[in-house]
This record gives sequence, C-alpha cells and structure tokens, in this order.
Amino acid sequence: MSEWISRNKMTVGLGAVVLVLAYLYYFADKTTALSMYRYSWSYAVPLVLCAMVGVIGERSGVVNIGIEGQLLVSAFAGFFGAAYSGSLLVGVLAGVGCGLILGGFLAWTTVKWRMDQIIAGVVLNIVATGITSFYYKPGQLLPALMPHVSIPVLSKIPLIGEVFFKGTGVIALLAIVIVIGIHLALFKTRWGLRTRAIGEYPSAADTAGINVIRMRLVNVTLAGALAGLAGVFLSMDSTSSFERGMSAGRGFLALAIMIFGAWRPLRAAAAALFFGFVTAAASQLQADRVINVPPQLVGTLPYVMTLVVLAVAAGKVRAPGAVGQPFVKEGK
Amino acid sequence: MTTPTNDGTEPRGIPADAAPMEYDPSVPEVDTSQEHLAAIVTNEEILALPTEVSGFGAGNVGEVLLDVKNLSKSFGTVKANQDITLHVRRGEIVALLGENGAGKSTLMNQIFGLISPDTGEVTIKGDKTPIKDPKDAISRGIGMVHQHFQLVPVMTVAENLMLGHETTKGGFLDLESARVMVRELSEKHGLVVDPDAEVEDLPVGTQQRVEILKALSRKVDLLILDEPTAVLTPQETDELLGVMKDLANGGTSIVFITHKLREVLAVADRIYVLRHGAVVGQVDDVAGTTTTDLATMMVGRSVVLNVEKPPATPGEVVLDVADLHVKDDRNLEAVRGFSIQVRAGEIVGVAGVEGNGQRELVEALAGMRKVTSGRMTLGDLDLTKANPYATHHAGLGHIPEDREKHGLVAAYSIADNLVLNEYDQEPYAKGGVRQFDAVRANAEKLRDEFDIRSSGVAQSAGSLSGGNKQKVVVAREMSFKPKVLMAAQPTRGVDVGSIEFIHKRIVAARDEGAGVLLVSAELDEILSLSDRIAVVHGGKVVKEMPADGADRAQIGRLMAGDH
Repeated sequence: MSEWISRNKMTVGLGAVVLVLAYLYYFADKTTALSMYRYSWSYAVPLVLCAMVGVIGERSGVVNIGIEGQLLVSAFAGFFGAAYSGSLLVGVLAGVGCGLILGGFLAWTTVKWRMDQIIAGVVLNIVATGITSFYYKPGQLLPALMPHVSIPVLSKIPLIGEVFFKGTGVIALLAIVIVIGIHLALFKTRWGLRTRAIGEYPSAADTAGINVIRMRLVNVTLAGALAGLAGVFLSMDSTSSFERGMSAGRGFLALAIMIFGAWRPLRAAAAALFFGFVTAAASQLQADRVINVPPQLVGTLPYVMTLVVLAVAAGKVRAPGAVGQPFVKEGK
Repeated sequence: MTTPTNDGTEPRGIPADAAPMEYDPSVPEVDTSQEHLAAIVTNEEILALPTEVSGFGAGNVGEVLLDVKNLSKSFGTVKANQDITLHVRRGEIVALLGENGAGKSTLMNQIFGLISPDTGEVTIKGDKTPIKDPKDAISRGIGMVHQHFQLVPVMTVAENLMLGHETTKGGFLDLESARVMVRELSEKHGLVVDPDAEVEDLPVGTQQRVEILKALSRKVDLLILDEPTAVLTPQETDELLGVMKDLANGGTSIVFITHKLREVLAVADRIYVLRHGAVVGQVDDVAGTTTTDLATMMVGRSVVLNVEKPPATPGEVVLDVADLHVKDDRNLEAVRGFSIQVRAGEIVGVAGVEGNGQRELVEALAGMRKVTSGRMTLGDLDLTKANPYATHHAGLGHIPEDREKHGLVAAYSIADNLVLNEYDQEPYAKGGVRQFDAVRANAEKLRDEFDIRSSGVAQSAGSLSGGNKQKVVVAREMSFKPKVLMAAQPTRGVDVGSIEFIHKRIVAARDEGAGVLLVSAELDEILSLSDRIAVVHGGKVVKEMPADGADRAQIGRLMAGDH
C-alpha cells in the first residue's frame, strides 16, 4: 500500500486536494453542492461506460470510433423495446443486445476482414443516425421508471454515499462496479495481461501462443455491451424518453476522456467526473446569474473542454503501440 | 588482414577428447524402468539418468529431436523453401547458414508453427503431427528467439516471461512467482536481468537475454536463434556464444541462424547451408572447413571476402565536424560533442554499437535533423543549418541507413529513383519540364554500371530485391561524384554478392578523391574498408586510430564503453 502511494504521489495528492475542496463546499452549501455533484455523476455515467468501451478496444489494438453509434442505437432499442413490450427488463436487454451486435459488427469488419477501423466506425455512426431517425415515433412512454435504490450503510457516508449510493439508478451503481472490475482485470489478471499485449505488440503475443485475432474479436464485441448499457441509461434512466441524435457526441467525448485518462479505467472515470462537474458548475453559475451567457454557449462547454483536454494531453500520454493496425500473420 | 579466417585456434563445438560428463554413480535412486523412461519429457529428467541409459552426455549427442523431411513452401511464385531435409539431435548446435532471402527464417517459422508448409514433414521427438501454431510448438518443446525481439516494450521482464503461460492466484496474476522464475532461470543460466525492469528501458543485449530466458521458461528442448548476434557488440556476441555452448552441454539443442561465418565456426557442431530456398551444402566436420568454403557455398561462386584496396592517399580535409550536438526523437541528446575530420581520398569508419548516436549524426549531417549546437563544414561551406537539398548540392552523397524509408520511393520507377535529387536539374529538366529521355538514358547507363538486376528501368523500385534496391541508392549517390560520401549501414540486409560489389564501389569512390564517412554496426565491414577508424560511444568519438593494425578486441571494448 505505502509502496503504491509512493509510486502514485501525483494521483494521491490530486485526489486528496479534490476531496478536501469537495467536502468544504459540501459543508458550506449542502443543497447546491449535492445537486451539483449528483448532476456531475449522472452526466458522467454514460461517458464512463463509453470510455470503458474505448479503453478495452484500444488496449486490444482496435480503435472504436463507432461508440457514438452503438450508444445511439442502444438508447433507441432500450427505450422502444421497453415502450412496446411494456417491460423495462426487455428494454434493457434489447439495448445491451444491440450494443453487443454492433460491437460484433465492428469486430468482424475490422479484425477479421481488416477493414479500416476509422471507416468502419464512421459507417456505424452514419447507419445508427439513419436507422434511429427513420424508425423514431414520437409520443411513446416508458411503462415505468427505472428502479432507484439506496445501499445500506454506504449511503450514510456524507457526500460520497449521498452522491453514489443514495437513491441511485441501478445502472449507475453497476457502472462503479464495472469500472473497478475492468481496472483490476486489465492490470491484475491473465485476461488483462494478454489484452495489453495484443494491443501493444501483437506479434509478441502471437509467438507466445496467444490467439490475437480471437481475443480482439471477443474483446471488441463484449465491450459493445457496455455501450449498450450506457445507451439504456441515457434513454431510460437519466431521461425517460428517446430523441433523435440524443447521444449528442458522447461517444466521441468518451474517446477524449479515454485519452485524458491515459487508457486507464480509474483515471478515465475521474476524467469523466471532471467533465461532469465542469458542466454542472457552468449551469449552476448560469442559474445563479453569476455569468450571463446564452445557454447554448454553456452547452458547448463539454466539446470545448474536449479540445482543450486533447491539446493538453497530446504528447504526454502514450496510446497502446498497435492501436489501429490490423494484425496480419506473415505467410498466412 | 581483417576478415577472420579459421586458423583452428577458436574454440568450437564439443571437442572430441572432452571429458565425459560428470555423473555421480553414487546416486542410486534413478528409476530406469522402461515405463519411467517412456514418460520422460524434460531435459532435467533425462540428465538425471545415467549416461549409459540416456545415451546422452558431452561429446555424445542424443536422439534426433527435430527431423525435417522434404519440406517445401511457396509464397505466390516464389519458392521460399524447396525440398528441405535436415535433422537436429539433442545437445547439438546446428548452424543454418545462408544469405538474406535464402529461406532460413521461412524454414524456422514453419518449425515454430508461424506458417504452415505446403508439402513435407516435420517430426519432433518422433511425433509427426503437423505443428498447428506457436502454442503447439511451445508445448512440444520448441522455443524461438526472433530476429526482431518479440517482447512487449511497456511491460516488465517478469510480465513478458509469463505472457502466454501465466500463473494465477485466486484469479489474479501471480507476479511474484514470475519474478522468482526469472531469478531462478537467470541464476541457472548466468543471464542476469532485473525482473521488474521495463523491457523498453533495457539495452538490446539485455533484451535478448530476456528473449532467451523467455524461451527457456517454457522448458525448451530445441531453441531456435534467428540472427541473434545482429544487434550485439563483439563482447555480447562472445557472451552469447558461451551461453549457447552451456545450453547445448546441458542438453538443449540449438538451431543457430546466421550469415556470420566467424560465429558459425566458433560454436556450430554441424552446418547446413541454404541458398535460394534449398539446402546446398552440409558440413559435419566443422573443424575442417573455412570461412571461404562456407561463403562459396552460400553464394554459389567464390567470393572475395577481403576487400583489396591500395593504400589511401588522403588530401585536404573535406568534411569537418566540430563538437556537434543533436537530439533524438525523444528529445534526448543523442550526439554529444561529436567531432571528426574526413579528408579527400580516405575512408573513415565510424564503429559503434547501434543507438550511440550514429543515426542522429548521419541524419544531422544530411540535413534531415536539426543540430542543437556545434558546426559542420563541407569544404568551405557551412552546412550546420542546411536542409537535405542544400547538403546534396554542396556535394554530400548520402546512402541512408533505412533505404525503404529514406533511400527510395518504392512506387517510383528505377529511373525516377535514380534522379530523385537531381530531377529539377539539367539535363533531367529544362525550364521546369522533365526530360524523360535524359532520365531514361541516365538510368540505362547506371543500371549497367551498377549491375542493377531488373526487368527494365521502368520497373518499380519497390519490387526489387534488397541488394538491388541498395544498388539503386548507391548508384544515385555516387554518380554525381560527391565530394563526401556518407554511407550508413551500406550493406545491411544485402546479399554477399552485392556486399562485395558495394564495397568495391566505395573503395573506387575513395580512389577518385571522395572523402568517405562509413557508419556501420558490422565491425568486420569497418575493419576491412576503413583507412581510419573512429569508435563512438555515448554520442561522441572515444578513440580514433589508423585501421592498419587496429585490434578487434580493443575496438570491441571501446564500443562497449570501456575506455
């Protein structure tokens, strides 16, 4: 533990400062602080999940620029699945299923058939926009609200418990487990070691007897389920409706967050929370009439931040070595 | 004087009069029943047996481990391997000798399961089942150290060693056991590495140790080493050859792929020579052969290994480099105060282990890389801030290290490649319009002069063999009669025949009055071509000496930083 702290001085220090500031504000103005924090987290949930899709893909050596499309189709399938069947569970399964299918599409086109990864992703996004706009029907309603729960004991913790564990949606709770799970899996398990190897130096993995193609196919496909979950959260939890183009670039923001998080799940989650907080703070300042700018301008904040973050992060973090390159065995 | 010949003093193989392997008969607990013998799979177990039971010991190589029969493999119309038959016994070092493109790597990749043969049979320890993939090969006791290291650069030594056969504890990686494994293997084989070091931070020699340890960690019976000495200093090479002998004495068979004759004579028990994908020669009596014999077999005709050159008649200084500092791609200082003077009519060889600033030096001199500080002049022209166009027109010929990247445009024709730096000059262009007749005439002339084997000058440069590509570059850079010729690794990846040719041309350029700066990682090349040698280490010249009477071992020590 102490060894870990000494190795991650920057992270620990930064985390401590942020936590202290967060609590100071919390004790100063409990209501506003809590509403801002809760908004930040709810804004961050789909970003975190989508960033995990990006992390798993790129750690395996596959760029997934189609997260946006996966997100949109899943939001669509989730909402209308639930609305037509009258069952929330059917909706969730439909959304996650669509995420998986589109993940599989991306995996097979890019890994198996070695199509250009960027083009495959762009195709996916265009198709997603087309399909969801074409089949969109206004006036549908969800059969019920998504269940919100409070975790005993944990929800009693001031601030942290109240934001993450008190009256939170099931998907948001699941997102916490998923991020921690993926982080541990990536750095502490056999799957993670192999995944990082096929994304960094696939031929080394190949000569060590690892089936690079199969592993990439499986990883990229399964990661699609997380985009599905994010889509479901978007249309069924954070709002209870589907609108055309409601993913609003979150799939791309997630890629920026992935880069900002240096392809590490926990850091990416922190980056997503930061994005959420800045957005929340801007809306709050506007509501308090501290700043007087049109709401449209405030709405552009996440995208402006993406530009800034990428400009700052560029050259400081290093992408997995083999990202974007299809794996071809010589002589086969 | 320079190409080492086999004078019989170098140690090689296992001497015929070697003492029998130490076996302590006081250990009676060895089970020699047929059942037990049949179940034996590892070297350790075999070595635990009495010599008369295992049939194995020093000077007494064991059973056939690898048996290759009539193996053929084609890529399109190219026959990479034709009807290859060879075998390797337990505890043997078998050298596979051949030029680049002779089919050595293709052959080994088939044995390692990376590619599958078209026809033929590979038998491993009596098992004829075709090798499916590397995993299958590994599980059957074959390990391979590839020419390009197959290590994940951002991972630690321990992580790299466990990759593919990880041990886990409760679902999580058991890194501690991997560290223990690294330490145990290191100790056992005398290959010291830190299990927690990240591979990309290690020098190439150490990375190779990691590769060997990685293979050994899989309980390997047959270790394939593909051009293992290409990136090593002479000392590291000697060390590696020692390790190979120890391994062989310990019962591991080794297939040693190389084109370096000196090393083959030093360690091999038997030699197979490959040419154009086929076995053209087999040497069982290594002691009775010479480098000249082997080179002749490799090339198919007799080759002159020694470059014959008259003594140099150096004139005035043409290239003057003073206290040059240059940064590398990672923005670290790679060239740190490099100074050298090259005179007209002499060849100055820059010897050094790769990665000691040679690449950055050459790129800076050619105008491809920014100079941080220092000065370089060609004649009376200051080229410190010149771009490649200016350095060329000042009279600097540059044979770049990476011909694919910096020497040629693969999609262009041979003719266009031959005028890449003169395309806008008369007679190849007039008033901004290219003159194709002149371009073609120039190409035809150079093709004959430099023996560029092609179907015609309109053929794309990318479709030529390595040696012919290099001849295109050499022809272009020499034909404009440069004042200074800078040749970086001029014969890398080039067949022996072309090497001979390129070496002759470099000497001819010198005799016509050019100053030649030769940068090479091949010490033999430096020794045989140079008139003066500058040894670099850590981005600067640590010693300059006349080539006449230069001591190989001393240069090796200087290259390794021992000065």
